[in-house]
Amino acid sequence: MKNRYKLSTLLLILLTTVYIQAQDNKFSFPSVNIKTLDGKTFNTSEIENGGKPILISFWATWCKPCIKELIAYDDNYDDWQEETGLKIIIISIDDSKSVDRVAPFVNGRGWEYESYLDENSSFKRAMNVINVPHSFLFDGNGKLIWQHTSYAEGDEDELYELLLQISN
Amino acid sequence: MIKKVLVFVFLIFQTTHFFAQENKSGQIHGNFGFVGQTYKEDSLIGAPFVAEKFLMNAYSNVLFTKGGFTAGVRFETYLNALEGYDKRYNGIALPYRFISYQHEKLNFLLGNFYEQFGNGLILRTYEDKDLGIDNSLDGARVIYQPIKGITIKGLVGKQRFYYEHGPGIVRGIDGEFYLNDFLQKISDKKLHVTLGGSFVSKFQPDDDPVYILPENVGAGAGRVSISHGGFLFKSEYAYKSQDPSADNGYIYKTGEALLLSMNYSKKGFGLFLNAKRVDNMSFRSDRNAKLTDLNINNIPATAKTHTYALATLYPYASQPNGEMGMQGEFNYRFNRNSFLGKKLRMFLTVGFSQVNSIKKTFLSDGDGYTSDFFEIGDELYFRDIFVELEMKFSKKMKGIFHAYHQEYNKDVLQGLSGYGIVKSNIFVADINYKLKPKHNLRTELQLLTTKQDKGNWLMVLMEYSIAPHWFFTVFDMYNYGNPKPDKRIHYYSGNFAYSNKGTRIQLGYGRVWEGIICVGGVCRNVPASNGFTINITSSF
Repeated sequence: MKNRYKLSTLLLILLTTVYIQAQDNKFSFPSVNIKTLDGKTFNTSEIENGGKPILISFWATWCKPCIKELIAYDDNYDDWQEETGLKIIIISIDDSKSVDRVAPFVNGRGWEYESYLDENSSFKRAMNVINVPHSFLFDGNGKLIWQHTSYAEGDEDELYELLLQISN
Repeated sequence: MIKKVLVFVFLIFQTTHFFAQENKSGQIHGNFGFVGQTYKEDSLIGAPFVAEKFLMNAYSNVLFTKGGFTAGVRFETYLNALEGYDKRYNGIALPYRFISYQHEKLNFLLGNFYEQFGNGLILRTYEDKDLGIDNSLDGARVIYQPIKGITIKGLVGKQRFYYEHGPGIVRGIDGEFYLNDFLQKISDKKLHVTLGGSFVSKFQPDDDPVYILPENVGAGAGRVSISHGGFLFKSEYAYKSQDPSADNGYIYKTGEALLLSMNYSKKGFGLFLNAKRVDNMSFRSDRNAKLTDLNINNIPATAKTHTYALATLYPYASQPNGEMGMQGEFNYRFNRNSFLGKKLRMFLTVGFSQVNSIKKTFLSDGDGYTSDFFEIGDELYFRDIFVELEMKFSKKMKGIFHAYHQEYNKDVLQGLSGYGIVKSNIFVADINYKLKPKHNLRTELQLLTTKQDKGNWLMVLMEYSIAPHWFFTVFDMYNYGNPKPDKRIHYYSGNFAYSNKGTRIQLGYGRVWEGIICVGGVCRNVPASNGFTINITSSF
């Protein structure tokens, strides 16, 4: 019992320290191989947008709130790109069961996002994503500004406000 | 044990702490998940008495990276495991830890890892918290990328089996070659060709007093992926040597599987077709293992994963012992210049899937049966036809409408007898109404009609959300058409959730119906329960 208490105290202290540090640092993307929609390999350490903000959104074809979120982003994407230079990268966590549905789904909807397949959740795990949808916003210097899980209609307004803040 | 864990954690954190201080490029991130539930006996719905009254599952992942170095651990605590999860999880442990290092073209990993070769027909280790599955390998892995376009992976390990290891040793090698990068002859920039091949072998001692069982079982697979413009074709064939197991009734027949998949898409239009044949392809690192234990491979299910509750009441799961299936889906976004496209923003999806048995001619020798590769079996396992329509009525109101026809072989898919095929029709309407900026009311109406099994169901769900933080949800799922009048039960539930940045906290109360949840074609039984729930997830 004593040991357990020690363990939890230790963990708490460490996690707090770690949390503070994680906040301070520039985010470096983990090096994980994922695929493009036409089957090429892409390494996630190469994610970049020439000093402009990046939004990474984890989703799946079977996730209704994810789709609603990406439709809402799509409605605003042209404006956001023009105003802030934002690039949206969407990472599908569909596994081998549904991975081949992704390209017809994304193109069928006419989405212009940079789109990747994370078939065995390697990148998802490396980014500590638990459930989808989960989005990360990085500013032009690569600092993690905001993350967001779940989706409610209107969430995109909060994102837009943040985008304006970091672009100024 | 706890002392060891403590020392290990302490060391890792000390090192990482030191690194993080010295050099800003060291990073620590992680996540935390907690699910707890109180249990009240409810004889009406069949919720059993739970002696602990409160059960919980929790975990935390911590990852440290600096340059090419990564270390990770996961703590897990089940005191005791939630109903529906295997009780062998009960306890506190550190069942997942690894270190890896990237040295130029080589990546070394020691410890636990998740890996998939091709489509997973002969190797896929993965983790799914909802299903209570973690078949990670614990051992060593090397990934080598000698030149651009070539990736070679080699691995050896034992699989996680709750807090122990499975009895078998798994060895595997996989190569993938992206031809465009080293064949100058492919001048067509739109054409991409990838070839892959893999081999996996497992070793398990033969301790059977009577039978001579193969101690080494090998499986090989080859795959191709060709894309051109909006067109993609993929195929993989896998073969497995003699592998008598509890799954196949200890027969000596070899196994095989074939996957074919193609899709075509351009802006506003998408088509997907897929076919599969599987024969005796269960592959585990313990020949006596059952259910979700110690699977080395993963056969993808030939069916769409639906999400509305009543459309998932009768879910399909892969049958590694033998199945033949086909599925297709067509997506269409109405032209943005037409009335339906511009005014209503209409998007249509139509699809189907069907899975049958394979034809088997039974033999009296050790092979058990023979099967003609091209002949489809007579027995239907699953059929699903669906139409989905999305539209926007006005700036304030959006709607999603689904209709399904499903046929579900309850005997085969749940390992029962005497139920036969459950035929159901399902209708869903999901309406979103914006009351004022950031305030939304979402209403789901769902109806399932069937003459078999438990009869008709009706479900009403209402969710009020205030972006970006608050959700309030209530629903009632009512089995009004149950042939037994005393089983016409309301399964009601209320939840509220608060979401902020990477953290989400959800509190709820409700009755849970006895059913099956499936993710990726793998399913688990969820027993009936009645109680309060708390669910916390956080990423940092």
